[in-house]
Amino acid sequence: MSIVSGILNSSLGKKYIMAGTGALLFAFVIAHLVGNLQVFGPPELINNYAHFLQSKPLMVWGARIGLLVIVGLHVWSAVQLSVANRAARPVSYHDTEPYGSTWQSRYMLVSGLVIAAFIAYHLAHFTALLPGINGVGDFSKLKTELHGEEARDVYGMMILGFQVWWVALFYMVAQALLFIHLSHGLAAMFQSFGLRDHVWWPRIQIFAKAASIAIFIGYALIPATIYLRVVGTDYAEKVKHSMVESAAPTKPASKETH
Amino acid sequence: MKVKLKVWRQKSRNTPGEFRTYESPGLNENMSFLEMLDVVNEDIANRGEDPIAFDHDCREGICGTCSCVINGKPHGPHKGVATCQTYMRSFRDGDTIVVEPWRAAAFPIIKDLVVDRSAFDRIQHAGGFISVRTGAAPDANSIPVSKENSDLAMDAAQCIGCGACVAACKNASAMLFVAAKVSHLGLLPQGQPERYKRVKAMVAQMDTEGFGSCTVTGSCEAVCPKEISLDFIARMNRDYGLALLKGEPKKIAGGVAG
Ligand code: FES
Repeated sequence: MSIVSGILNSSLGKKYIMAGTGALLFAFVIAHLVGNLQVFGPPELINNYAHFLQSKPLMVWGARIGLLVIVGLHVWSAVQLSVANRAARPVSYHDTEPYGSTWQSRYMLVSGLVIAAFIAYHLAHFTALLPGINGVGDFSKLKTELHGEEARDVYGMMILGFQVWWVALFYMVAQALLFIHLSHGLAAMFQSFGLRDHVWWPRIQIFAKAASIAIFIGYALIPATIYLRVVGTDYAEKVKHSMVESAAPTKPASKETH
Repeated sequence: MKVKLKVWRQKSRNTPGEFRTYESPGLNENMSFLEMLDVVNEDIANRGEDPIAFDHDCREGICGTCSCVINGKPHGPHKGVATCQTYMRSFRDGDTIVVEPWRAAAFPIIKDLVVDRSAFDRIQHAGGFISVRTGAAPDANSIPVSKENSDLAMDAAQCIGCGACVAACKNASAMLFVAAKVSHLGLLPQGQPERYKRVKAMVAQMDTEGFGSCTVTGSCEAVCPKEISLDFIARMNRDYGLALLKGEPKKIAGGVAG
């Protein structure tokens, strides 16, 4: 049995895949959060950051493909394991009230699937910039100037995007589910890799709770403060106007020349 | 005291089963749960009906033969005891008690509350042994074992193989059982030569039998009559990963002596 087939074809191996891809996704979630928190600085800060990423297409596309593979593996092994788990108990008990387990641990698949749906929306919303789904308009029209070059106005896009109540709500619900998912998943990850004993288990559980709460607060603050008009309200008025202006076909094209 | 029993009755593996309700005759509250079933059965037999089939042997909590999911929990309401050590004083006069067999695809029902647990035997046969020369008993202290390892090995060796872990797990996973067996031998010097071969073989057999896999809900640990810890599952995960990394032992060229 080679190591690859040992991992792909055994229940324990699939748990390693879950845990390994989970760990990588956790790292991404933190990095992404750090990037996004720049929205609390001046508009140029996050726009510069976004511009920097955009100027490195090799890195960005490498990361995108890598993430896609990681998410794909995470979902693939989750589905494989869940199907086997369901098949292992064909007849259920009279009383399905479970014993001795937390509800977070029982709803990993559900929370995971909602998060997956959220990721699809999030990509369509802020990466593919599909105009029909954001409740505002065409985000690709939002431009700003950085160092004399035209660049995407990511700051304006976030501010306008989260002023829509149902978008802000959906993002926060997704973050709550991520919190539930991580509060169990981060601890279970150590278990699947065998990195625990009775001394470390309580510490690992505290780490999982603390990290998932911190991530929830960090992410949820963004839509919450923007929706409550604490952040970027003046800026929103300004760019909303410009977006409508440049979107209207009858008006002359804006000053930018190509 | 008297109780009402709602018991799963099923003639054989492939006939459909159903719950049937029985009124117990007067009971002594210091009867064990199994003695209560004996008394109820006597009543049923006197009426000319087929008594309830249930598994039992030692009736002192050491053999792992008794089973029964009692009011949704394997082995009844208490922590760290088997069904045979559960007493009627744990229930109230007039209670309705739901009694079901272990439910898992890998444990097909033989009759009523009796399930076929030979899947566990096959897992043991796959690797739950050590190869030693038999003969006169070796000197007691000829192989030193550290206190920590002997304590841990003894904790794992507590497993009586009853299958409550499978019955409680929402995925009908046998990982607590397999982990206890793997750890018990893997912690002792006598178990070292076959340590990595053993974990691979036992996990492979566990997968073949159709048990689910661990999602770290902790139900198994909570119902285990011997309070085997989830730590052992982590240990098994670790050993399995190491076994995969080590790969197959190299074949010796020629392969014959001399
Ligand atoms: S009958 Fe032996 S453990 Fe219960």
